[in-house]
Amino acid sequence: MLLELAPDDRAFRDEVRTFLREDLDPALAKRVREHGRVSATELVQWQKILHKRGWFAPAWPAEWGGAAWPALRQYIFDEEYHAAAAPPVVSFGRDLLGPVLMKFGSDAQRQRYLPRILASDDWWCQGYSEPGAGSDLASLRTAAEIRGDHYLVNGQKTWTTLAQHANMMFCLVRTRTDGKKQEGISFILIDMATPGITVRPITLLDGEPEVNEVWFENVVVPVGNRVGDEGRGWTYAKHLLGHERTGIAGIGISKREIGYLKERAALATRRNRPLLQDREFRTRIARVEIELMALEMTNLRLLAAPPGGGPGWEVSMLKVRGTEIMQEISELQLEVAGCGGLEVDAPGTARTRGAAAARYLNLRKLSIFGGSNEIQRNIIAQQIVGG
Amino acid sequence: MELVFSAEEVMLGDTMSRFIEREYSFEARKRRLARPDGFCRDTWKALAGLGALAAASPAEAGGFGAGAMGTLIIAQACGRGLVIEPYLATVVLGAGLLECAATPRHQPLLGRVLEGACLLAFAHSEPGSEDDLDALATRATETAAGFSLAGKKAFVIHGGAADTLIVSARTGGTTRDSQGVSLFLVDRQDPALQIRSYRTIDGLQAADIALNGVSVPRTALLGELGQAQPVIEHVIARANAALCAEATGAMQSLLERTVAYLRTRQQFGQPLARFQALQHRIADMAMHVEQARSMAYLAALQVDRADPAARERIVSAAKARICIAAAFVGKQAIQLHGGIGMTDALDVSHYFRRLTAITRTLGDEAFHLERFATATP
Repeated sequence: MLLELAPDDRAFRDEVRTFLREDLDPALAKRVREHGRVSATELVQWQKILHKRGWFAPAWPAEWGGAAWPALRQYIFDEEYHAAAAPPVVSFGRDLLGPVLMKFGSDAQRQRYLPRILASDDWWCQGYSEPGAGSDLASLRTAAEIRGDHYLVNGQKTWTTLAQHANMMFCLVRTRTDGKKQEGISFILIDMATPGITVRPITLLDGEPEVNEVWFENVVVPVGNRVGDEGRGWTYAKHLLGHERTGIAGIGISKREIGYLKERAALATRRNRPLLQDREFRTRIARVEIELMALEMTNLRLLAAPPGGGPGWEVSMLKVRGTEIMQEISELQLEVAGCGGLEVDAPGTARTRGAAAARYLNLRKLSIFGGSNEIQRNIIAQQIVGG
Repeated sequence: MELVFSAEEVMLGDTMSRFIEREYSFEARKRRLARPDGFCRDTWKALAGLGALAAASPAEAGGFGAGAMGTLIIAQACGRGLVIEPYLATVVLGAGLLECAATPRHQPLLGRVLEGACLLAFAHSEPGSEDDLDALATRATETAAGFSLAGKKAFVIHGGAADTLIVSARTGGTTRDSQGVSLFLVDRQDPALQIRSYRTIDGLQAADIALNGVSVPRTALLGELGQAQPVIEHVIARANAALCAEATGAMQSLLERTVAYLRTRQQFGQPLARFQALQHRIADMAMHVEQARSMAYLAALQVDRADPAARERIVSAAKARICIAAAFVGKQAIQLHGGIGMTDALDVSHYFRRLTAITRTLGDEAFHLERFATATP
């Protein structure tokens, strides 16, 4: 075993650093670092800069314009990206839809959508969860009935992240109600401008409308917008689970957040001395920092293992531990902010005093979305103990 | 970066696994425990025959050059098999000190240690020094013939069985000075030694040793006079890395045994493995084991490569994380086994006892957390 980066990987890291230093707006990075708000327009602008450099899609194959980096390079890129406090990419199109289209989409779908995802010309949202189908996603009921050359879609999605900005949605719908519930699901692409779609933002506990309800009333979707075969949508959606191995643990983000936490803790005072010098507080930081060191090694070990060479549940572990670490750091940051941090910054303004509280509140989502941490523990246990 | 085991490392691991499977059943271990030293010298010879004792040492010292990763592989196997022979005391600490102090006249002794012909123990910690690894009060006074050693050593692992003790003592400075620390080789049979051996909860043996004016010749000095502190720190870091690896092996075994038990044990008409509350406990145990394993690897990768400050920081992080994992995995293994997990008859309780001992040896969780926190900007 060897921990040091090979010379060409070190050179790659320097190249990434240089790009971020030169092309990332320092004011934007400062805002990201300090948990300020970033607008949808700013995000798209930044994603287009990444695209221009050819680095918007590190994991995509070269034939579709991806950087096609090996896993370790993707990891290095991710680490540098977040160390520089670049804004997190809205990744539904790139990370969730793109790979599904590459594997199961038609030529026409690939040629139409993949370049637009790459250039951030479309903003995709993910239509999976429903009021009655959360962890038990296969129970979803939004119906797509076939009517000649189109489907008629009726039903409701919820918790749809940033749907208010999206012009496209990839969506799981029910095309059959008999038989096994997983087998009646299809994967379709919906233009959000189609008549009959209503998007209603849901204000979350941090005051932000980050997610939405999306209603469908006799929405007409061409059959050509179905990806792959009818009734196989569940398989397509699941194709991705277990493949995302570089970013899911959020190591780069958590490293930056620990640095920021210490910086703030050195400035905050309790009982007339810097909070960072409080032994108990410092020990709590040490615990989470060590947990992060361990998770980084776990992640790197996993990247080095041949496909299928790990225990099989490692991605679930990265999700559980990674999100627990992020939540813990945000809790420590809230503590540093003290009662002054309880102030609510008005919506639409730059977030300043209330940033730590807003983040702490917002990050409750981490252990709920993307397969709740309870579901992840089920997955881990089932693979270890057996059904 | 290459975070998979090399072909040689895989081979060493396989050799050790086969040995543990063949020679180290729980019953065979019990028979070894009943011997006067609390372990078996023939087994020690057998380990030497496999090359396990010499695996980590550099070629110029008569070893096979597998380094700290070799130590990790052997220590992990020792953890799985609950090996009671003095690998930590004699090889990691003892041979490690001989190797790092690098005195040419002691090379033949190192050779005999790696062949399994001589057992060593490191008499370093003192009464009350367990949370202060730098405290050292034992003194060595220069005499016409060499040195005279006086002081008290506590919790010397395998101190009663060793042929030769390596004793740390001050030849200058006061209690916590880093200067003025020296190492001496002392024959365990020396009449001026008063040794009280006792069994510890994990079945191992330790000793409290009083040095009542032990006379040693000048040639007993190991390394440079007064310059031993950096050597001691390095070798203790290696020992902590080895303890991390051993604990990982023991935790892996406990997890496997617990999973097997949940699959077979029936209550309320179904196997315990069907209960979600218990499944989640298994998931948490497994995550602790993986995190511990990662830190054990990190410690092994860095213990001989990083500069001393970085090395101590990483090893403390690893030991702290292993202590947290060992407490969780150990306690849950017993809990999930229920009453049977409490019995001496089942190996589960023996793993738990060894893990408990490891978390108290060479610095506990609180000690290493604080050391990590202080060393991290």
